[in-house]
Amino acid sequence: MSANLSAIAYLVSGICFILSLRGLSSPTSSRRGNLLGIAGMVIAVVTTLLNPGVLGYDLILLGLAVGGAIGTIIALRIKMAAMPQLVAAFHSLVGLAAVLVAAAALYAPEAYGIGSAGQIKTASLIEMTLGLAIGAVTFSGSLVAFAKLQELVSGNPVVFPGQHLLNLFLGLVTIGVGIYFVMTQSLPAFWVLAALAFLIGFLLIIPIGGADMPVVISMLNSYSGWAAAGIGFTLENTALIITGALVGSSGAILSYIMCHAMNRSFFSVILGGFGGDASAAATKRGDRTAKSGSADDAAFIMKNAGSVIIVPGYGLAVAQAQHALREMADTLKAEGVKVRHAIHPVAGRMPGHMNVLLAEANIPYEDVLELEEINSDFPNTDVAFVIGANDVTNPAAKTDPQSPIYGMPILDVEKAKTVLFVKRSLAPGYAGIDNAVFYRDNTMMLFADAKKMVEDIVKAL
Amino acid sequence: MVDVAAIDPFVFRLAIFVLAIFVGYYVVWSVTPALHTPLMSVTNAISSVIIVGALIAAGPEDMNLSKIFGFFAIVLAAVNIFGGFVVTQRMLQMFRKKR
Repeated sequence: MSANLSAIAYLVSGICFILSLRGLSSPTSSRRGNLLGIAGMVIAVVTTLLNPGVLGYDLILLGLAVGGAIGTIIALRIKMAAMPQLVAAFHSLVGLAAVLVAAAALYAPEAYGIGSAGQIKTASLIEMTLGLAIGAVTFSGSLVAFAKLQELVSGNPVVFPGQHLLNLFLGLVTIGVGIYFVMTQSLPAFWVLAALAFLIGFLLIIPIGGADMPVVISMLNSYSGWAAAGIGFTLENTALIITGALVGSSGAILSYIMCHAMNRSFFSVILGGFGGDASAAATKRGDRTAKSGSADDAAFIMKNAGSVIIVPGYGLAVAQAQHALREMADTLKAEGVKVRHAIHPVAGRMPGHMNVLLAEANIPYEDVLELEEINSDFPNTDVAFVIGANDVTNPAAKTDPQSPIYGMPILDVEKAKTVLFVKRSLAPGYAGIDNAVFYRDNTMMLFADAKKMVEDIVKAL
Repeated sequence: MVDVAAIDPFVFRLAIFVLAIFVGYYVVWSVTPALHTPLMSVTNAISSVIIVGALIAAGPEDMNLSKIFGFFAIVLAAVNIFGGFVVTQRMLQMFRKKR
């Protein structure tokens, strides 16, 4: 295939990827979008295989078969609740692949047309260095995120004195080694650079607590894109440059949305130390008392309501109560009650996670609304049914400037005529703060495991 | 007159890169928040187009270090490509109209 023809094929592949993301603007066009993404990938791979430099296919086919089989099996078996870990693990693979490709380009520059060993063009070296460093940070950072999400290690932030100074120092050393590598093309410098970047990725993510994981995953998504773009410049490949830019900006936007939803600045997330142990911040409960009720009470109230808004949180997924919840919603709808679901952007462990969990339980996506779409409806709603969520309903975010979550957008559940709050106890949530909604006159606490409570309500209906 | 031939091809690639960031910015903001998880899994799959670099490394017939790096990169990227697209499709199948 001529050089011009393959350049055009890579461009077509890049366009397929753009259209694939564009397809996600609505659920109806999304499946076609995914197919376009697959088409773009096939075009890119086939074009590369037709490259005159690619002669031996044995190893390539073996690699594709082994990797493809592993990937497919994992993708078919993974539970939707484990999506955040899976995505973190996948990001780490992109990062490591970037490191390996950078190494391959350094050891065999002729194959990529960027010079000969020891005589690589300076521009290519700079691009290679960036791809390598970002790829290595993505790799080790994603591994830490994976370990935290999979609960292989504690989700608590790991902080020690001088942490930020150490990171700064390592960052400067890395830049220095990077410059030295670009000037000398020394192989040891390349691997020292890789090792330093691995270490930085590790140190960057350990101080970030469990509550901030949605931001971390989005951020690593962005990094994996920039690493791909860096390698794309080295390989002078349009498909890779376009894709890197798309993925980089996608991850950056998602990080922004997540930070905004928690009212946290990106830098305060990066610096870490927030969220983890629920008992971190001691709270005074005072002598306020909360009313509690039974499943029968809840069933009675909801059956006689005109409209119900269900507010699910991550606790719902932990309790595996999605399917029971769907049954409850269906039963209520059969009774003529208008049932909708309100999703806070950080309801799950990653952007859009709760939507997937509800969709998995066959809850129609038309009944699932985002915070901005539904928040003004709470005052006209008879019942807000909060299950597995806490901090995202806490009015302290609006009223108490001292609160750690002050300024965070919340779902105004307390404005509904009645609030039914399913919770195991009055313990505070992730952010470690007490929720005034528990003690309001129009609130009834339903103390139980989320799944059991919903099942009992369904029986009582 | 500017001599177009005198422009380093790097500048053209930079132009593509910058324009693609803008395209990405507008396209991603138009993604419905309900599909942010599939967005992340599909971006993960497409960023594995880095496999093109691995294929070139593994391409030559004679064995060398670069070819070994290429092979491992192919395996990792293939896990991502297949895993990413399959899991995205699985999720998107759930977002169907049900009545």
